[in-house]
Amino acid sequence: MTDKVEFELVSPEKLLFAQPVDLVVIPGGEGDFGVLPGHAPFIATVRPGVVAVYRDGAITDRLFVAGGFAEVNETGVTVLAENAMPVSEIDGAKVEEEIRALQEDLADAKDDKESAEVQVRLTVAQAKQEAVNSAAATSH
Amino acid sequence: MPSLKDLKLRISSVKSTQKITAAMKMVAASKLRRAQEQAEAGRPYAERMARILASLTANVQAESVSSPLLAGTGKDAVHLLLIVTSDRGLCGGFNGTVVREARRQIDRLQREGKTVKLLVVGRKGRDQMRRTHAALIIDSFEEVGRRRLSFADATAIADRVLALFGDQAFDVAALVYNKFKSAISQIITVQQIIPFAMTAPADAPAEGAEARAIYEFEPDEEQLLADLLPKNLAVQIYRALLESAASEQGARMTAMDNATRNAGDMIQHLTLRYNRTRQSVITNELIEIISGAEAL
Repeated sequence: MTDKVEFELVSPEKLLFAQPVDLVVIPGGEGDFGVLPGHAPFIATVRPGVVAVYRDGAITDRLFVAGGFAEVNETGVTVLAENAMPVSEIDGAKVEEEIRALQEDLADAKDDKESAEVQVRLTVAQAKQEAVNSAAATSH
Repeated sequence: MPSLKDLKLRISSVKSTQKITAAMKMVAASKLRRAQEQAEAGRPYAERMARILASLTANVQAESVSSPLLAGTGKDAVHLLLIVTSDRGLCGGFNGTVVREARRQIDRLQREGKTVKLLVVGRKGRDQMRRTHAALIIDSFEEVGRRRLSFADATAIADRVLALFGDQAFDVAALVYNKFKSAISQIITVQQIIPFAMTAPADAPAEGAEARAIYEFEPDEEQLLADLLPKNLAVQIYRALLESAASEQGARMTAMDNATRNAGDMIQHLTLRYNRTRQSVITNELIEIISGAEAL
């Protein structure tokens, strides 16, 4: 048994991250969970948020995911995300603008179905904003 | 008998056509490489998605599955065919084979008394299907992945399919597309996507059985499946679009290669005729001069 977990982050378009790490903290649908080596096999949903990768006792990578699924097996952990990017690449101003536009859309939504769709995108955008803010807070 | 000038003009026109087809072949070859790379990059996600789905379905008893995406609507009356073709022509039999297979499927289903509805991706397929089955087409998508195919394109189509399914517009859905085998051969494929047919890999059961048994789920299996199945539909469509895009470039490359070769043959043939004609013109002139001189 090694003391590392193989962490993979895949989007439909490419494999974004595949390295052995010490600990991964994943924003699960029912609460954040950390995966250490030897974690029990586990499948969970992932809500929009930040996946934090720890190596040598410190966070080395922070990756934003717009929801998806996580699978933990004997060899490691795989996160399937539809949309993912390093937090450092998110443009805070753009996200704010997106949130404002989506809030307007939400107010204009004609029926429940449409507002539900906008709400989903708004949740993702807000999670993105939170990711940017928390990154700024930790780096200062 | 065409004149020398006519022949010369034809040779030069065929030559410029040959230049165009040769260039198109090069372009298709480089696009093919890109499409193949993209298909390669998309593979890990699809593989892992299939693995999770397999572990999930193994844990859920078939009778308790509430999601109609997996279990079906219990009926088999209305079929939806999602036909994947290209926007551009000049790619040999690429679109023709898809359309022919689609027509065969339609005929078969209609003979069995089923209702058929069509969703068409690609302008070429839409035009060809409209000629024979205009009434069946619900909608068509064009310019899909014109620059670069993205997952968002597939999601848009999947959303449309899911919306139709939600409105109970159909019971069974299938994809008709060209699967990429190699640059010179494409396999026409009909793949059922709703209800989703689990195609378990041949080697999975042995090692899969024990691995599956110990998985924990959060939230429960039912909820996960309900989230996963629509995503899986988008993934299946995305894969089909990728396969189709690679096939299209492969087919175009082969078609343009043939066209270039045919143009070469034609040039050879025309050049031969040009030279023969030129020769006989010279001979004629000589005969005229000589017989003129003899008459004096």
